[in-house]
Amino acid sequence: MSDDVPALQLLAPDGTFRARGASEEFVPYIEALDDEMLRAFYRDMSLTRAFDIEATNLQRQGEMALWVPSHGQEAAQVGSARAARPQDHLFPSYREHAAAMVRGVDPVDIIRMLRGLTHGGWNPAAHGNFHIYTLVIGSHALHATGYAMGILFDNELRATPARKSTGTKSSTKAVNASDDNEAVIAYFGDGATSQGDVAEAFVFAASYRTPQVFFVQNNHWAISVPVSVQSRTPLYLRGTGYGIPSVQIDGNDVLVSYAVSTKALTAARSGEGPQLIEALTYRMGAHTTSDDPTKYRSHEEHESWAKRDPITRYEKWLRSRGADDAFFAEIAAEAGDLAADIRRRTLALQDPVSDTIFDHVYSEPHPVMSEQKQWLTEYSESFGDAS
Amino acid sequence: MSGATGAGATAARVTELPMAKALNAGLRAAMAADDRVLLMGEDIGPLGGVFRITEGLQAEFGARRVLDTPLAESGIVGTAIGLAMRGFRPVCEIQFDGFIFPGFDQITSQLAKLTARHEGTLTLPIVIRVPYGGHIGAVEHHQESPEAYFAHTPGLRLVSPSTPNDAYWMIQEAIRSNDPVMFFEPKSRYWPKGTVDFDAPAAPLHASRVARAGTDVTLLGHGAMVSVLLQAADVAESEGTSAEVIDLRSLSPIDYQPILDSVHKTGRLVVASEAPGFVSIPSEIAATVTEKAFYSLEAPVLRVTGFDAPFPPARLESTYLPDVDRVLDAVDRALVY
Ligand SMILES: Cc1ncc(C[n+]2csc(CCOP(=O)(O)OP(=O)(O)O)c2C)c(N)n1
Ligand SMILES: [Mg+2]
Repeated sequence: MSDDVPALQLLAPDGTFRARGASEEFVPYIEALDDEMLRAFYRDMSLTRAFDIEATNLQRQGEMALWVPSHGQEAAQVGSARAARPQDHLFPSYREHAAAMVRGVDPVDIIRMLRGLTHGGWNPAAHGNFHIYTLVIGSHALHATGYAMGILFDNELRATPARKSTGTKSSTKAVNASDDNEAVIAYFGDGATSQGDVAEAFVFAASYRTPQVFFVQNNHWAISVPVSVQSRTPLYLRGTGYGIPSVQIDGNDVLVSYAVSTKALTAARSGEGPQLIEALTYRMGAHTTSDDPTKYRSHEEHESWAKRDPITRYEKWLRSRGADDAFFAEIAAEAGDLAADIRRRTLALQDPVSDTIFDHVYSEPHPVMSEQKQWLTEYSESFGDAS
Repeated sequence: MSGATGAGATAARVTELPMAKALNAGLRAAMAADDRVLLMGEDIGPLGGVFRITEGLQAEFGARRVLDTPLAESGIVGTAIGLAMRGFRPVCEIQFDGFIFPGFDQITSQLAKLTARHEGTLTLPIVIRVPYGGHIGAVEHHQESPEAYFAHTPGLRLVSPSTPNDAYWMIQEAIRSNDPVMFFEPKSRYWPKGTVDFDAPAAPLHASRVARAGTDVTLLGHGAMVSVLLQAADVAESEGTSAEVIDLRSLSPIDYQPILDSVHKTGRLVVASEAPGFVSIPSEIAATVTEKAFYSLEAPVLRVTGFDAPFPPARLESTYLPDVDRVLDAVDRALVY
């Protein structure tokens, strides 16, 4: 890592828990978690890894046009998504499979998109407020920000004059009230930080003091271009320039991701405005199944990150806290079943009917859609007799 | 402000207003009817917008209903999308036609597609108001007609009023639409007055309208072009030619039936617009009318448009923009066949 200040970290790559300096304040967030939740983090990461490997295989076997691997980035995603409350809205890019699964998206719905069956895949309102993937880099940062503006405006509308005049930080009651408030997470990568839409999102968020967290997964590469081409300063300093409190974390440490995200989301939902987290992580695989990373990055770099694998590290720590072989065997079996189920259901997917070209382009009747849909039906039927 | 500006005005229900004030009244009525309607844009608050279309609305509805946004068009459209996902009905003002392009990506790649990408589970009731067109002697980027870029984009609806009455009613209908609507306001028509009837709704949003009946040739256009066509029809009449004028009103979808009815009657069609003619709305209409009314046509469909060159410096705009004479020249050419 090229940075002067060490990133916040609770779990060292060797699996030891050690909170130093600025990281110390995050220990209580972890102490508040029970074993069940701590094990859920492991399960989330492992199932996502299994899904990702199976999907990569399916792509290699010609079952998908493309796959976008998440391998290596599970801790950043699981920690932040687990920190979100049910009412929160998450706006992903296209690599956030772990966050998607935490929020209840069916992995096969992600596959449906990459298999060419749909441009979306799920209804966010019915899937943990996890929005659909966006392929135009950075665009969704503005949608997230607009959504967060809406939350803010709604809160103001709902606030009674009495509550409005109450001091903001005075009582426990106020804190409880803010627990129910909604917040937003926008996920994007290091490359996306160069996009105008991300810069504009920072401007709007800071200007309106929106309840949201910008979660930057700096996996050090934008396809084949290293992060040094995007920025000469650590990316989190960008946020600071917009007046957005910003921190850098070890993105392969699920505990620090969870703790720092929880703090940032709490600040956002309590009226302290937008926050930014830069999670230092690494894309262990190719950008997508269409490229060969050995063409642009070194074996040494890859190996150095392999030593910081988020799941291996976390497994060591869980074992040190008493998780036994039976637990890990159980998760491994579940992961295997999940992969098999995903394969079976992927192979059973049906192509969409041609009507879907026209349906939903508009939400209200549209003469051109009706005409062209009817034309296509008649045209298709005109071949009926010949066959 | 004149007395009858919409909601609450009880006395004069039919009044003479310039389009700028009619739009203001229409926006006020829409905001009063639905508190999820928000206005967003640059300088639209205390200033009331550079054309004063939103004058007084922030004072009346507050700074959370009329937002002076940061100066970023992609940001305006992109955050409007997020607000619409939250259940608001944002109305964005683009300050000038030529400044819509920083927002082009959010409009064409996001706004236009997100309902389909959500398989209909998300609607985006967003209106993007664009003051467009020439005749105002302004500097570069302030006189353009970018409609065709958006008409080419599935998922958007495009409309353009030519009269104060249509402006008052169409802006309210556009705001009620659950699909994104691009609302092209002919800025050269902001100030001339016209009759606004606050009680009788205008034609449906996507209907074209016969603005003047005639029998020899059909003249078709939208926005500011309609008044040029009407003047041309006056001159033609004095020369013994009866021209029918159709105000397109909706650029996407296009309401073809009144156009085809007219062409069946006249056999001749001249389509005019301020924009360059190459791959333009007049080109599209010419192709479609040729397909659908081939045997009624006595002459090829003729286009009268801006030249296929960038909008010139203002001292040349009257040469660049189609005027009465260029329309009449096309009428003469059509009648020769
Ligand atoms: C606006 C835009 N330009 C280019 C691309 C092509 N593209 C897809 S992913 C990508 C790199 C993105 O890098 P980053 O933001 O770091 O995210 P990561 O893929 O590393 O998760 C590029 C250039 C795109 N999808 N959108
Ligand atoms: Mg990257």
